[in-house]
Amino acid sequence: MKDKKVIWERKPLIKNKLLRIGLILLISTYLLSVFLTTEIDWQRILEGIPRGKNFIFAFFPPDFITRSDEILAGIFESLWMTIVATIVGIIISIPVSLGAAKNIAPKFVYFFSRGIITLSRSFQEVILAIFFVKLMGFGPFAGMVTLSFSTIGFFAKLLSEDIEEISKSQAEAIKSTGSNWFQWINYGVQPQVMPRFIGLSLYRLDINFRESAVIGIVGGGGIGSTLNKAFDRYEFEIAAAVLIVIISIVMIVEYTSSHLRKLIK
Amino acid sequence: MPIIKQKDYKTWKKFDRKRDLLNWLCWFLGTLIFSLCFGLISSNTIWFYVFNSHNEALDLLGRMIPPETNYFYTLIKPIWDTLNIATIGTTIGTLIAIPLAFLSANNTTPSKKFIRPLALFCIVSSRSINSVIWALLLVAVVGPGVLAGIIAIGLRSIGFCGKLLYEAIEEIDENQIEAIEATGANKAQIMTFGIVPQILPAFTSISIYRWDINIREATVVGLVGAGGIGIELDAQIGDLAWAKVSVILLVIVVAVVFSEWITAKIRKAII
Repeated sequence: MKDKKVIWERKPLIKNKLLRIGLILLISTYLLSVFLTTEIDWQRILEGIPRGKNFIFAFFPPDFITRSDEILAGIFESLWMTIVATIVGIIISIPVSLGAAKNIAPKFVYFFSRGIITLSRSFQEVILAIFFVKLMGFGPFAGMVTLSFSTIGFFAKLLSEDIEEISKSQAEAIKSTGSNWFQWINYGVQPQVMPRFIGLSLYRLDINFRESAVIGIVGGGGIGSTLNKAFDRYEFEIAAAVLIVIISIVMIVEYTSSHLRKLIK
Repeated sequence: MPIIKQKDYKTWKKFDRKRDLLNWLCWFLGTLIFSLCFGLISSNTIWFYVFNSHNEALDLLGRMIPPETNYFYTLIKPIWDTLNIATIGTTIGTLIAIPLAFLSANNTTPSKKFIRPLALFCIVSSRSINSVIWALLLVAVVGPGVLAGIIAIGLRSIGFCGKLLYEAIEEIDENQIEAIEATGANKAQIMTFGIVPQILPAFTSISIYRWDINIREATVVGLVGAGGIGIELDAQIGDLAWAKVSVILLVIVVAVVFSEWITAKIRKAII
C-alpha cells in the first residue's frame, strides 16, 4: 500500500466511455467515407501548382490606374446599392420581426413570418441574385432587391429574438394606460429593442457591402461586375486592384461600424 | 420627458423640443441620402424590365411547377459533396483559426507590435473575401471540383472563427491562469490546463455555428465550379431546365433547415 502513488489524471471530455468510443468510431467512418467518395484529381492539382503560381504572379503588380474610372464607378454603385438595400430591407423586416415574435403575434402570423425568414435565410445571396437578375434584367436594381430580400431574413430573425426577450412588465404598463396596438408597440416595445436595432443595422450594412461584391459576378451590378469583367478579360492586375480595394473598404467599414456600435452601447 | 402646457391642460410628449428637432433632422438627412442613392440606381436601371418582372415571374413559376421529382436521385451525390465541403472545410478552418486566435489575442500573443497585427490582418482578409471569390481563385489553381470548395470554405472560416475565438481568449479569467502558474507550470502547461478549458465551450459553439453557415455557403461555391450542389444548379440554369432547378432549390431549403435543426440539438446537448 505504501508504494502506491496518487497520480492525478485529466478528466476525459466525455464521461461516458461507450459514448466516447462510439463518437470516435462514427467520426472516423465518416472521414473514411468522405475520403473514398470524393474524387480528387491529384494529377490536375500537380499540374495546377505551377499554373497557380503563374496565376498568382499575374496579380502583381496590382493595376489601379488603367481602369480607375471603372473601379470607382463600381465601388460607388456598390455603395448606393448597399445603402438603399439596407434601408429597404430593414423597413420591410420591422413588420416581419414583429410577426415572428411569439409574445406579440398570433399563431398563424407567427408561422407565416417564420416562413418568410426561413425562405430568405435558406438561399445565399448569389442564388437569389441569379433569379432576380433573370426577372428584372441586369444592373444594380436586381442587386438591390437581392440584398434587401436577404436582409429581411437576417434582420427579422435576430430582432424578433430580441423582441421575445423584452421585459413584460414595461409593455404591460403601457397597455394598462389604455393605449392602442400601435402606441403599445411604439412606447412599450420599441424603446426596449432600440439598441439592438441600431447595432444590427450597422452590422447588416457591413455585410451587405461585402455581399455586393459577389452578386455582381452573376450580373447584379456594383464592384462585383467590375471584378468579373476583369477576370473575363484576363486582366488579373486589375482584378488584384479590385480585390485590394474591396478588402480595404471592408476593413474601414468594419472598423467604423464596430466603433459606432461600441459608442452606442 | 417634458410636459407641455397648452392654455389650460397639460400634455405629455416623448421628447423635448430640441430632441424633436434633432430627430427630424436625422430623418430628413436619411431620406435625402436614400433618395439620392435610389436616384443613382434608377438611372442605371432599365425600368422596362423591372415593370415587366411580374410577367416574367409568373412565366418562370409556370416552368418550375411541377418539379421534376425523378431528378432528385441524381442529386444525392452532389448533396453529399456539399455536406462534405461544409464539414471538412469547417474542420480545416477552425484548426487553422486556433493558432491564429492565440497569436492575435491581446493576452496570449508573443509580440504585440509585430505578430499581432500580422495575425489580425490574416483574419480580416479572410473575412472580407467572400467564399465565392475564394472559390473563383481556387478553381483556377487546383482545378474544378470538391477540393477547391473545401479549401475555399476553410479559408473563409478562418477569419470568422479566428475573430470570435480571439475575443473569447481575451475575456478569460486571469485568476485561473495565475492558479496554474502558481503550481510551477510552464507556458505549454498553462495553455493546456489554464486557457483551453476556459475557451472550450466558446470554441465548440463557434465551430457548430460556422458549420451551419458553411452548409449554406457550400451550396453556392459550385456556381463557379467548386463542387457540390451548386454545379448542378449552374448546369440546370444554363440548360433552362427550370423544373429541375426547383427540385434543387427544395433540396437546398431542406438541407439548410435540417442543419439548423441539428445545430440547435447539438447546442442544447452540449450547453
